[in-house]
Amino acid sequence: MGYEELLLQTAQDDERIIVMTAENRALVRNMPKNLGSRFIDTGITEQTMIGMAAGFALRGRVPVVHALAPFLTMRAFEFIRTDVGIAHLPVKLSGFIPGFLSDGNGPTHQAIEDVSIMRGIPGMEVYCPADEDDLVKMLPAIWANPNPAYVRINHKKGNYTHAPFEPGKAEVITQGKHITFLVYGMLLDNVLAAQKILEADGGVEGLSVGVVNMRTLKPVDEEVIINCVRNSEVLVVVEDHFATGGLYTIVAETLLKHKLTASVLSLALNKWFKPGMLNEVLAFEGFTAEKIAHKTRAFYSNEAAGNGVL
Amino acid sequence: MTQNKLASLQSTALKVREHIIGMSTGGGCFIGASLSCVELVVYLYSEFLNVDVDNIKSPDRDYLFLSKGHDVPALYSTLGELGFIDLARLKNHLLTNDSIYWHPNRNVAGVEFHSGSLGHLPSVAAGVALDCKLKGEPNQIVVITGDGELNEGTVWETILVANAYKLNNLTIIVDRNQFQANIRTEDLIPLEPLVDKFKAFGCEVQRINGHDFTAIHNALKGIPYSDNKVNVIIADTVRGRGLPSIEARADRWFCTFTEDETKQLLEELHGHAYAIIESETLIVR
Repeated sequence: MGYEELLLQTAQDDERIIVMTAENRALVRNMPKNLGSRFIDTGITEQTMIGMAAGFALRGRVPVVHALAPFLTMRAFEFIRTDVGIAHLPVKLSGFIPGFLSDGNGPTHQAIEDVSIMRGIPGMEVYCPADEDDLVKMLPAIWANPNPAYVRINHKKGNYTHAPFEPGKAEVITQGKHITFLVYGMLLDNVLAAQKILEADGGVEGLSVGVVNMRTLKPVDEEVIINCVRNSEVLVVVEDHFATGGLYTIVAETLLKHKLTASVLSLALNKWFKPGMLNEVLAFEGFTAEKIAHKTRAFYSNEAAGNGVL
Repeated sequence: MTQNKLASLQSTALKVREHIIGMSTGGGCFIGASLSCVELVVYLYSEFLNVDVDNIKSPDRDYLFLSKGHDVPALYSTLGELGFIDLARLKNHLLTNDSIYWHPNRNVAGVEFHSGSLGHLPSVAAGVALDCKLKGEPNQIVVITGDGELNEGTVWETILVANAYKLNNLTIIVDRNQFQANIRTEDLIPLEPLVDKFKAFGCEVQRINGHDFTAIHNALKGIPYSDNKVNVIIADTVRGRGLPSIEARADRWFCTFTEDETKQLLEELHGHAYAIIESETLIVR
């Protein structure tokens, strides 16, 4: 079942659901004919849409609102913070083409600070599915709970069948003694491929590499982060987001809170990425499996040497 | 306007349309919105704006802000035809070794500002226009907006502010192609009567055929329309203009055609045979 089918079924079962869009219909193309008057397209008016969603929520509805991630989270930011955040209303934000998924659109369309600003709103939850399977496994829990939530929508087909979603829990795909990747969103596939490269051809005998799909960035699974620090020599945080305010920052905050430190490599963005077709973007910005493996191997070798391991 | 001048503009417009078709493959582009504003962009750069290769950084130049963003293939193709950029760069569309992608990039010579998030450039243009007024300088400031873009409240905020500051050096041209991304404007958030709306917000308004160079010439010749109001030109256009097989179709907004289809579309542009398009009818960004 895909995103739209799941949303339609949920809305048909639950009269509280209102489906809204600021004229980004890619995710909800068949909704007008299937859902009727509970589908509301406000036109290209992100701020007005969020204000209206708050109004619906005041009347007991659960609006699921859609727009491209940058316009949803940034154009309408103060409406989200003020009308949804302060009132703590169950408005569910579906941001489309986040991170690298905006491929050739250019910086106006790049949501690579969305996690940072959404998690800065008290009470706002932040979910980052790795692929369509991960997405549809987490959405029922997200839409059913009473909190405001931002979902970094990613409905690409992935190569991995995910475990059932547990609120507040990351998905530990494999545990690693030497290296553990912490990742979220569409980069999981490339990280899994990088893991294979490192284990098969790591230049280090018997290298043990773990991968954790974070799934929820707020509230984050602190226990998983702490366990990875304790059980793995280095962590590699991979994200299609600015280094500031995303998972690398979350890891830093978590470690400081628990009086821990660690060897952590951040593979993130420090400026807007070069637009192009997705595969070209990943190659240019250094996020192919090969490049992730290469940087990780170099970091691990350096850290391990410094620690007297090698 | 002389017949020679008209023929020259029409010839440039035809070449610009050829380039736009060329950019609609290999990742594609927003072809419909690009084809609708060709005459506007070609006329502005060829005849109206005091901007050329030599003065693109000069404070004396006139400014064009392309706010609708999706129509950047029309802009780059015009800039290529007029020598601002090397036409060969159009083939670098979506390659990471160049800077040409689906929305305007101000690092490309001649592009005043980036856009893609709608409803931004009327306000940026109003800032430029007010500064020109403060300095007593005669620059013309032109913004091209989409009609769907008029949904955004910031467009109307800017008009209120710009009229408060009597910015008669600011001209807003609406590419009225009747469509927002996925749907006819009048079927979603109706805009008409649009002339009355702009007038009610304090603007001087003309409504013209946006594919008729003589009408564009006459409308721009009269600027400024007053000594204290923003000039508005509503240019009635056809999305996909020049390619009857995709004209005025909701499902031909963003297109990525096969190489063979673009060859057929070039034939169609030149009035030969209709293209037979089998590519997916709609890819929504």
